[in-house]
Amino acid sequence: MATKFERREHFEASLGNGYRLLPFSFSPLNDRDYILTNQAGQYTLLDRPTLEDLVRHRLEPRSDAYATLKSQHFLLDSDSNVAVDLLALKVRTKNSQFTNFTGLHIFVPTLRCEHSCPYCQVSRQSDDKTAFDMSFETANRSLGMVFRSPSPAIKIEFQGGEPMLNFELIRHIVVCAERINQIEHRNLQFVIATNLALVNDDVLSYCKAHDILISTSLDGPKDLHNRNRPRPGGDSYERTVAGIAKARDILGRDRVSALMTTTEASLGRVVEIIDEYVRLNFDRIFLRPLSPYGFAIKTKSYQAYDADDWLDFYFCGLKYILQLNRDGLYFVEHYASIILSRMLTPFESGFVDLRNPAGIGIGALVYNYDGEVYASDEGRMLAEMHDKTFRLGNVHENTWEEIMTSSALLDPLEQSFAGSVPMCFECAYQPYCGAEPVFHYATQGDFVGHKPSSAFCHRNMAITRHLIELLRTDEDANRILMSWLRI
Amino acid sequence: MLTLGGESLTFRNVRDEPPFVIRLSDNPSLPRPLRPESAFLFREAQANATELPDGFRLYVQIGGRVEGAEERTQDRPSIVLSTAYNYLGDGDVLRIVPHRRGLRVLFRRSANHNSILLTEQCNNYCLMCSQPPKRIDDSWIINQVLQAIPLIDSAAKEITFTGGEPTLLGDDLIRVLSACKSWLPRTAIHVLSNGRRYADPAFADAYAQVQHPDLMVGIPVYSDLSSIHDYVVQADGAFDETIRGILNLKVRHQRVEVRVVIHKQTYERLPQLAEFLVRNLLFVDHVALMGLEITGFTRPNLADLWIDPFDYQKELESAVHKLASYKMNVSIYNHQLCVLDSRLWPYARKSISDWKNEYLPECLSCTKRSDCGGFFSSARLRYSDHIAPFSARALQPEVMLLGASP
Repeated sequence: MATKFERREHFEASLGNGYRLLPFSFSPLNDRDYILTNQAGQYTLLDRPTLEDLVRHRLEPRSDAYATLKSQHFLLDSDSNVAVDLLALKVRTKNSQFTNFTGLHIFVPTLRCEHSCPYCQVSRQSDDKTAFDMSFETANRSLGMVFRSPSPAIKIEFQGGEPMLNFELIRHIVVCAERINQIEHRNLQFVIATNLALVNDDVLSYCKAHDILISTSLDGPKDLHNRNRPRPGGDSYERTVAGIAKARDILGRDRVSALMTTTEASLGRVVEIIDEYVRLNFDRIFLRPLSPYGFAIKTKSYQAYDADDWLDFYFCGLKYILQLNRDGLYFVEHYASIILSRMLTPFESGFVDLRNPAGIGIGALVYNYDGEVYASDEGRMLAEMHDKTFRLGNVHENTWEEIMTSSALLDPLEQSFAGSVPMCFECAYQPYCGAEPVFHYATQGDFVGHKPSSAFCHRNMAITRHLIELLRTDEDANRILMSWLRI
Repeated sequence: MLTLGGESLTFRNVRDEPPFVIRLSDNPSLPRPLRPESAFLFREAQANATELPDGFRLYVQIGGRVEGAEERTQDRPSIVLSTAYNYLGDGDVLRIVPHRRGLRVLFRRSANHNSILLTEQCNNYCLMCSQPPKRIDDSWIINQVLQAIPLIDSAAKEITFTGGEPTLLGDDLIRVLSACKSWLPRTAIHVLSNGRRYADPAFADAYAQVQHPDLMVGIPVYSDLSSIHDYVVQADGAFDETIRGILNLKVRHQRVEVRVVIHKQTYERLPQLAEFLVRNLLFVDHVALMGLEITGFTRPNLADLWIDPFDYQKELESAVHKLASYKMNVSIYNHQLCVLDSRLWPYARKSISDWKNEYLPECLSCTKRSDCGGFFSSARLRYSDHIAPFSARALQPEVMLLGASP
C-alpha cells in the first residue's frame, strides 16, 4: 500500500466503541438456531451462543456475525448511522399498503348457484331471483362506498353463489364503475369468481371488452373435482375444463386463473392435483387450507382433518413442485410465494389473510346481495350461520363513515393487532404471519385466540420454518424459491 | 489506444491567444458564416488536389511532412498533426491551447460514447482511482465545457461527465447539465459522482430541477459495510453520505446507477452487497459490476487490489443471480468472456471506451472476440492467468444444429 493511503484498520477504529441494538424479535428455529427478524421483516439466523453474545454486547466487531447483523440492520455502531434512515424507509414501505386503505371490494351479485358443493359456505339452490339477487339500487349504493376508499388501486371482485347467474347486474356494476372512474382515475380492475359452467362467448367477449379477469375453481382430477363439486349432470369438471379453454381463447392465458379447495378427499392426492394444474397449463397453484366457516363447519368437513394432516399434504405438494422446477418447468406454489416475498423483499404481499393489522375492512370489504356490508368474505360466511359479528352495516342504512368506524370493525382490528397480542408481539415469525380475528373468532370464540392451540399459528410457523430451512440448506431449492418472488 | 491530445505540436501562424474550443469541419463548402467558428480538417493527400477554402479560423492537417505544410496553408493559422490523429473527423470538438502549442480532443462524433472531465478535484481518494485527484484550481475547465457543449453534434448518443468529483463544482455542474438540456436534449447524459454531495437536499433539489430527459448519475457503493466502503474511498463517513445521496436522488425521481469496482478489498462481500442493494436500494435503475482498470492509483496499490477475476466468479455469480432475481437491471463491465462463468455471459457488456479498448495476441483466434468486451489498454500490466481463446471447434455443435434444422 502506497504511504499516502490509510490502512483498513484506521477505518475500523471506531468499531471498538461498542454497538447499540436496533429493535428485533427472536424465536427458536430448531434445536440449535434462532431466527431474528427486524422491524422491516429482514431475518437472520444465529446459534444460541452468538445470540447471547449479541444481546450482551460481547460480539466481536470483526466477526462474520457482526458484519451480517450490521449489514442487515440489527445493530448500529458509531461508524455509521444511515441504517436508521434505511430501516425507516423499509418500515414505511412494508406498511404503505395501510395508507392506501381498502383495495379489494367483493360484490355478491347473487347467492344462487347450480352447484351444491358440501364445503360451500353460502350458496343457495333457488330459482327465486328476488330473494337472493342484488338489486341495481343496492349495487349503486355499494359502488358509492367503493370509491370512498382512497386506494389508488381498486379491485372489484364478483363472488357468489355463481355470479354469472346475475350477469346483468355485473354489466351494470362494470359500466357504472368505469363511468365513475373516468373522474376518479383509479387503477380499476374486475375479477369474476366463477365455476365457468354457464360461460358463453357473449359473456367472455364482454369480459374481454372490459378487461375482466376470470378466477375459477379447479379441485384436481376429474373424480375428485366432481365429488367435491356436485351439480346436476355431475359434469362440473368437464364444464370447468372446457370453460378454461374457451376463456383462454378469448381473454388470453394470463387472464384466467384457478383456485383449489382442499377437502379430506384431497389429502392423499396432492401430486395428482398438481399434475392436473400442470396438464391444464397453469404455471401456479395455491395449495389452500380448508376454511373453517359456514357449511364447512356444519357438515363437519373442517374437523375431518387437523392442521398436521394438511401440513403433510402441503409439504408433500411443495416437494413435488420443487421437483417439477428442477425438471425444467417453471411452476409456483402461491402460498409459499406470498410468504417468501414477505421474507425476502422490501414489499408486502397485499394478501388480505396475512396482514397485521388484519385485512378486514381496511384491506377488503364485502357488499352482500342484500346490502349488508361485511368485514371479509369469511365474515359473510359466519353471517350465513346466523352470527353477524362481522356485519359492519348496510349500504341502505349507513354511511361510509359509520361503516368504517363501527365497533364491529374497530374492535377486532384493535384486539387482534399482533403487536399487542400475547405471544404474537414477541414472535420472530410475526412479520410473515398476520392478525386473523375472523379465523380465531370462528375457531376459538374470540378475536385474539389462544396461539398454542391455533391452527393458523401452527400452520404459518411450520411453513415459514420449512421455507427457511429450504433456503439455507438446499441451493437448488433456494434458486427455485427465489424465482417465485413477487417483485 | 488513441492519442487524445498533446503539447509542443506543430503550430503555424496561430496567435498567442487564450485557449479556445473549436469544431472540426472537413466540408470545403461550409457556409461562410460558420467558418470563423470552425477549423478546416484535411489530410495531406487531399491538400494538393484542391486549394484550401478560405475563411476558417484554423486549419488542421493530418499527416505529411511538416516542411510542405507551410506552403499549402500559406499564412493561415494551422496545426499539422501526425497520423496518430487520423481518427479525427468532421464534427469533432477540440480544445486548442496556443501558448503550449497543445490540443485536447473533447468530443469525437464517431465514438458511441464520449467522456468529458469536469474537474480533477475530489473529496474521495479511492485506492483504485483511475484519474487521481489534484488539488489545483481547474475552474477554467467549466468555461471550456460550456463553450464546447453547443458545438457537440446534437445527435451524440452518450456523454459522460467525469472527474474528480463533478458535484464539487456545485452550481457550475448544474450550469453544465442545464446547457446539455438546452443543446443536447436527445443525448444520454451520465454523471460519474461519489454521490456524497447529494446528501445535501438543496443540491439534490437543484440537480433534480435540471430535468434533462435522459440523465443518470453513476455512484459507487463498494460494500454493504460502512468501514470497508470508507476504507476503499479513503474517507470517513463517505458511506453514509453516499447512501443518503442516493436516497435523496431517488426521492426526487432521478435515475441512479450503482457502480461497484471489484478487487481484492471488495470481492468477498459481493453477495452481501447484492443483498444490501435488493433490500435497501431496490429502486436504483442500474447496477454495474466492474473489473479493475490498472491505471492511476491502482498501480502503486496493485498488491492490495489485484485478484484474478477467475478467482471471484463464485462471489460474482452469486451477486448477479441475487440482483437479477430481484429484477434489478444488472451489467458486468470490463470482463473478458473467457474468465466469466458462462451463466454470467448474458450480463456482460462491451463497456470499455473505444480509445482504450484492446485485445491480447491470444484473442486473435478467439471465435467470441466480437462479443467480448476485451481489455483496457492498461491491462498489459496485469491480466487474468485464465485468458484463453474460444476455439471454432467449441462452436461446431451449434453450427451443425442450425444446419440440421428443417
